[in-house]
Amino acid sequence: MKQQTASPGIKARHKPARPFTAEDFARVRRILRRKVLFTQGDIAVGYGALLAGCRFFAGYPITPATETAEILSRLLPRVGGTCIQMEDEIASVGAIIGASWVGARAMTTTSGPGFSLMQENIGYAAMTETPCVIVDVQRSGPSTGQPTEGAQGDIMQAKWGSHGDYELIALSPSTVQECLDLTIEAFNLAEAYRVPVILLTDGIIGHMREKIVLPEFEEVNIIRRKGPTRPPKEYQPFIDDGTKIPEMAIFGTGYHTYITGLTHTESGYPSTDNQPDHHRLVRRLCDKIRNNAEKIIRVQRDFGEGRTDNVTGIVSYGVTSRSVYYAVKTLRQAGMKIDHLRIITNWPFPEKEVAQLAERTTKIIVPELNLGQVYHCVREAAAGRCQVVPLGKTGGEMHTPQEIIETVQRKGC
Amino acid sequence: MRTEIRFVAFGGQGIILAGVILGEGAINDGKNAVQTQSYGPESRGGAARSEVIIADEEIDYPMVIKADCLVALSQPGYDRYSTEIKPGATVIVDEDLVDATEHPAAGACYRLPFTKTADKLGNRIVTNIVMLGSVCSITKVINEESLLKAVKTNVPEKFLDLNIKAFAEGCKIGLRALGQEGPGGK
Repeated sequence: MKQQTASPGIKARHKPARPFTAEDFARVRRILRRKVLFTQGDIAVGYGALLAGCRFFAGYPITPATETAEILSRLLPRVGGTCIQMEDEIASVGAIIGASWVGARAMTTTSGPGFSLMQENIGYAAMTETPCVIVDVQRSGPSTGQPTEGAQGDIMQAKWGSHGDYELIALSPSTVQECLDLTIEAFNLAEAYRVPVILLTDGIIGHMREKIVLPEFEEVNIIRRKGPTRPPKEYQPFIDDGTKIPEMAIFGTGYHTYITGLTHTESGYPSTDNQPDHHRLVRRLCDKIRNNAEKIIRVQRDFGEGRTDNVTGIVSYGVTSRSVYYAVKTLRQAGMKIDHLRIITNWPFPEKEVAQLAERTTKIIVPELNLGQVYHCVREAAAGRCQVVPLGKTGGEMHTPQEIIETVQRKGC
Repeated sequence: MRTEIRFVAFGGQGIILAGVILGEGAINDGKNAVQTQSYGPESRGGAARSEVIIADEEIDYPMVIKADCLVALSQPGYDRYSTEIKPGATVIVDEDLVDATEHPAAGACYRLPFTKTADKLGNRIVTNIVMLGSVCSITKVINEESLLKAVKTNVPEKFLDLNIKAFAEGCKIGLRALGQEGPGGK
């Protein structure tokens, strides 16, 4: 049979990416040599990507994110992967979308200014349901801001940065080990739900060095996107098989797939003036994440024993959690009742988990390295059950534990 | 126990690498460590800071609260941080670069010839490794062997011997100073 190509006239010269195996994993481990390493968050993201089977990276250098691109430019070619420096961040996301459609697990990294540029194509990735991972090593903004300083100012942008209704997944690591672990998880979630997944690290954690322990293959559950179960003639690229996540045939495998940012029907072809078609598509794009929120969302609860009055809650995420751990330890030693909820999955937002906390507490403090972003989500989830107090900080330095302790101890705030 | 060490210098004097090596040495020693850094957009000349927390337990807050040990290779760095230390903290400065004669806090202040020693060894670039040797022998925060191992894995192959020599010299200078000053001496 004559080989079918996606676009007649363009010869398919690529070979579709082959699946990532235990042998490939072992090869990465051999290249990284040691199991225990002392390394930076950015480098850990690179190692996590390699161990998750990432074989395509496209990016544009920017402080404080460049180290990931640097390490991958050295290591990806050694495992048969590709690393490209693009002309800018818009093209970087364009490139990983293309790579994903030929079956590669693909990633880009950037920081605030680049993340702003990426929004257009992140919307395209959401609309075309392209699995890909975008790492945003957050730095102080707006605009070029403080290149070498960390921040958590892109939380809302991660969710709402592109126009229109769509859902995606965003994760916040709080240690260098988690930079590695959550990068692997980001790839798995991207493949499972066919969405762009944003890893929200920051300049502090990106450049911070800590001990990491590399996982074994058995500890890493590599999830692959669902391939087509029908022959090419019966295949429709965007049909809901009941899970709301369509089967994805990759280019070059004989299946005909048309992808577009325009509203499209199940066939993939544009349908731009039909209300039910648009509603059906966008509803599904949102529902495939919203309906699975419970499966996707991860938090870490550190609640005190029993239900007592006068409990103070703290909701934290990312690097700020590190100051909170210290503050909670100190406050408990002083006899205060503190419940701490650490958010790992920023999007979809863990509303239920925050509502549970609000039930138990008289006030919730939300320390974050911005002037109030997750604060708004917490207030919405708490829905008047308790007081919600923002504790924003900008300028590149983490909250000191003392700043959190003082806010907890302040009466009434 | 949590030990907080802060290095301050101008960019280019190698204190970020020194912090990385100290942190890795602590990992070699079976401890936990976090290393953080702060520097401006320029790669040389600006103010640079490198911090290492070493502990047996897991480390939550990764920054220095009040340093147990301050190492200063620049006057502005010393002036800025010489008071942000714990009572009884160890202060170590390069005697040719930092005037610490009026050191304000209680605790030992060691004024040592890091740059001079590196020059004698033939290359000023190893100033940071001489300094690390002294920090190790004075504070004893980690085992000398574990730190030397980390020095070896973090310096260019070509300069390995020079760095090993620099580290040994630094340990020697530190030990000598410790003998003269005694722990807790001024």
